[in-house]
Amino acid sequence: MKAIGVGQGIGASVPRKEDGRLMRGRGQFVADLRFANLKDVAFFRSPYAHAKIVSIEIPQALRSQVFIADDLQSVLPIRAISGLPGFKPSNQPILAHEKIRYVGEPVAMCFAESRAEAEDIAAQIRLHVEELPPVVDMLFGRSDDAPRLHEAWGDNVFLETNIEVNTEIFKQADVSVTRVIRTNRQVQAPMEGRGVVALWESRLEQLTVYSATQMPHIVRTGLSECLQIPHEQIRVIAPDVGGGFGHKGILLTEEVALSWLAMKIGQPVRWLEDRREHLVAASNCREHHYQITGYATRDGRFLGVTCEATVDSGAYSSYPFSACLEAAQVASILPGPYDFPGYACKTYSVATNKCPILPYRGVARTGVCFALELVIDALAREIGMQPHHFRQRCLVRPEQMPFDNITKKHFDSGDYPRAVEMAIDAIDLEGLRIRQRSGEPDGRQVGFGMAIYCEQAAHGTSVYAGWGIPMVPGKEQCTARITPDGGLELRIGAQSHGQSMETTMAQVAHSVLGIEIERVRLIHGDTAFTPYSTGTWGSRSMVMSGGAVAAACDILKKRLLHIGTWLLRAESSQVSYEDGSVVGPKGRVSVEQIAHTWFRRPQDLPDDVDPGGLEVTEGYRMVRDSGTFGYGVHAVSVAVDPRTGEVEILDYVIVEDGGTLINPMVVDGQVYGGTAQGIGTALYEEMPFDERGQPLGSTFSDYLLPGPTEVPSLRVLHLETPSPYSRFGQKGVGESGAIAPPAAITNAINDALNEFGAELLESPVTPRRILEAIDRARQVASGAREAPAEMVSST
Amino acid sequence: MKPAPFAYHQPTEIQQISAVLAQADQSSKILAGGQSLGPMLNLRLAQPGRLIDITRIPSLKTVEQSARGVILGACVTHANIEDGCVPGRIGEVLAEIARGIAFRAVRNRGTIGGSLAHADPSADWVTTLMALDAELGIRGSSGLRWRPLAGTMRGPFDIGLAADEWIESIRIPHIASSSVWSYAKLARKTGEFAHAMVALLHEPSKSTLRMVFGATEAAPVVINCADDLITGRDISGLTSLAEAQLRAAGLLDTLDNQVHLAVMQRTVLKAKQSRH
Repeated sequence: MKAIGVGQGIGASVPRKEDGRLMRGRGQFVADLRFANLKDVAFFRSPYAHAKIVSIEIPQALRSQVFIADDLQSVLPIRAISGLPGFKPSNQPILAHEKIRYVGEPVAMCFAESRAEAEDIAAQIRLHVEELPPVVDMLFGRSDDAPRLHEAWGDNVFLETNIEVNTEIFKQADVSVTRVIRTNRQVQAPMEGRGVVALWESRLEQLTVYSATQMPHIVRTGLSECLQIPHEQIRVIAPDVGGGFGHKGILLTEEVALSWLAMKIGQPVRWLEDRREHLVAASNCREHHYQITGYATRDGRFLGVTCEATVDSGAYSSYPFSACLEAAQVASILPGPYDFPGYACKTYSVATNKCPILPYRGVARTGVCFALELVIDALAREIGMQPHHFRQRCLVRPEQMPFDNITKKHFDSGDYPRAVEMAIDAIDLEGLRIRQRSGEPDGRQVGFGMAIYCEQAAHGTSVYAGWGIPMVPGKEQCTARITPDGGLELRIGAQSHGQSMETTMAQVAHSVLGIEIERVRLIHGDTAFTPYSTGTWGSRSMVMSGGAVAAACDILKKRLLHIGTWLLRAESSQVSYEDGSVVGPKGRVSVEQIAHTWFRRPQDLPDDVDPGGLEVTEGYRMVRDSGTFGYGVHAVSVAVDPRTGEVEILDYVIVEDGGTLINPMVVDGQVYGGTAQGIGTALYEEMPFDERGQPLGSTFSDYLLPGPTEVPSLRVLHLETPSPYSRFGQKGVGESGAIAPPAAITNAINDALNEFGAELLESPVTPRRILEAIDRARQVASGAREAPAEMVSST
Repeated sequence: MKPAPFAYHQPTEIQQISAVLAQADQSSKILAGGQSLGPMLNLRLAQPGRLIDITRIPSLKTVEQSARGVILGACVTHANIEDGCVPGRIGEVLAEIARGIAFRAVRNRGTIGGSLAHADPSADWVTTLMALDAELGIRGSSGLRWRPLAGTMRGPFDIGLAADEWIESIRIPHIASSSVWSYAKLARKTGEFAHAMVALLHEPSKSTLRMVFGATEAAPVVINCADDLITGRDISGLTSLAEAQLRAAGLLDTLDNQVHLAVMQRTVLKAKQSRH
């Protein structure tokens, strides 16, 4: 292996290979593809949240261009069943059947020569319904008198889980604080929305589906199940894909519907998600509710937490992650990186009349980090300790590694206390406290906040088999092929939609084979060319596919050495592999020369050459499949204007440990992007609903995303503690940036507002919520109202 | 989403416009920049039978000086104004306002006339031009009439035009060199519509002060008063007056009003700083 950080190999911040086309506008996304006779599809979507369908009126002249559930009787609904005991499955119809369960649910599929004409057709459809009272709030959804979404269930709860460990210890607590904490609904908002082109290729008797997806192989499996045609007749291609963040980790009803339509009419059909559909119809994310109590001793020993967590799962269990992944994750990861003795957590995944929620970058970690880190700050305030001192006392320590925590999560490596020290130094907490005491000339309040997170990544079979969802990740493979002129093709089943894998996988191959990365081509996103894979999610690709690339290149290297040794007329003990050449006592022979011999002059090969040649598929398994634990500390200072509720981020420090960094620049990019999204969660993004279940954030003027001017200069510092379980010590880092910002920023705001007695417990922290919290605290202080039930502290 | 079908007219003469507007066979909408109308068409929230694109009429893109002020054609873009197409002190004031509208991409196409006709209560021009005492040149079948902007707007998204009328131009009085102009707004993010905005014109020569509160989800609230409320060190009298006027205008949310008044204080502070 080459030296770390040198040349083009592991550790080098080489520029991204994919930028050449992407930055020049030469990428090809689903919407850029052109096909003869292409028809455009528009969906007529339900304007009702909860209703029985009485009839669907379609003008007779348009009937051949409109399809409804009755037309799709041969297609099975989407069923994403979890094997966890007590899970209640839902049938998600491809087009609404008998009943409507959320605003935006597709009711009819219309096709025409253009999207505008298809929408004209949709505008002429009349839907007659009997409206039903909707379940809009998840807590109401849990109650006995809530209407039922899925009548057969008897309630609205997909799944309940319960875990309790050593809660006796809480009797030793001197201090406890209880908080009711909410994270509001969001959307994932990738730059590119979803898009599907489906066509039937009669020559191949094959359905070809182009889709903006993170997981082409899983889409193929889902299509096979719903359409009941075998895998070998389906090819799914993800061309350039502009971000996913979980929104593209789902089998869409639209993918199934367009596949059926392409086969039905024998012409290529296309549907491009518009921004309104994206905001309201396909998936939302992040909606959690926590009633959480933290316990500690007066001298600052953290004894643990008890929690009742509710997740608003929306109307259906989405394929493949199911409606339970989010809540199941809450229960298992709420303890975060802390070592405490007592824990209890009950979770509810509740069906509501809203579109399904999907994992979003960080999945449940963002909500869990928000709940736990806010309670930790409340505990520290109650005890009168600095927030970082309180955390330092209960963080897992490096000498405990590897460490099994209270929920049996297996931490591989890391120095969490060191990361906290680095963050506190970098943000100059001491100086900030002095500034805080002296007050601001403009009347604003300054505050400091921090949050610590860990990110289990690349976790595999044992973890997901336990959840029993339709998709359980196994080993990961790579097909590596030397070309006749000495280039290298890598085929992996993961899919790169912003992760820079065309560069980083080439760097891994370069580290093993010494081939210049310009001559390494990554082939991905096409089920016809790549090994089966669950795709790109869970910050797994650099560990799993990166491991597979190295493993396949290892084998190629052995075969290249064998042929090279023969060509050099040397003994195997005399040769070595250096910089893309086999080097012997009397000279060297390059990969290019060896490849030429294998492909063009086989008569020159040794008799005992491996007939498998210079192409190999090899798989990778981690030392154990419990995952890598990347982690980090976010430390923030803010200034809050108590008259207007405005928040300015004054400084933002991130200490990040992603193990061995394959390309530090790419990792920084992931951290920046994730943090920008986390700032959105903290301060801006919210999908509100009215009491009838109408989504109110249906455009980007109602649903606010942070822009360049809302993201401050982020200062990123790195620790590099290698994972003992991955090939190069690398850890998954793709989701890390998005986890801690809501917690860190809200803690900073709460620190700033401490002198008012105001505390924010709901994301996003909008100016209005800040003003209301200050106003409420003033009224409590003046005796005009009682202390709110969502904040109880007892000593 | 894509717009519903509509007929498209692109007149080249001003006289053609009112005639087309007056045709009662189908509804018409004027397209001056399309930065609000475009998305509304795409979302099918607006489904006019006819779109009248007035951006190809050269006389609507001119800036002229007159004794009663500078006259801007309806199709002068925010970017034109930002880049200094209006000369003099008033030009500087207008350029500063334009610079704060949305993003440059929107300013490149969005027009002053289109913005006023749309009459979004959170838009910058409605509030600031009321403070500057601008008049609308409204053309209808019977010719051109001048109306003060402050008295014309009836409410949100209703600038007060008859069916055959459209905004041809905007006349903005010159500002005396002794006058003080100030403007501040509060938006949750750069380029978004504001949640509070206050424009202020103090004319010491007349001893008058005008303040306009925008982004109130209604027509802006205009306050005219004597300028002794701003010349002293203590502006609590001004704050009390403004609070009472906001309440009188039907704005009853205490926290919203707190924000409006905080922005007013910023506007006043800027005014006081610019004077020294």
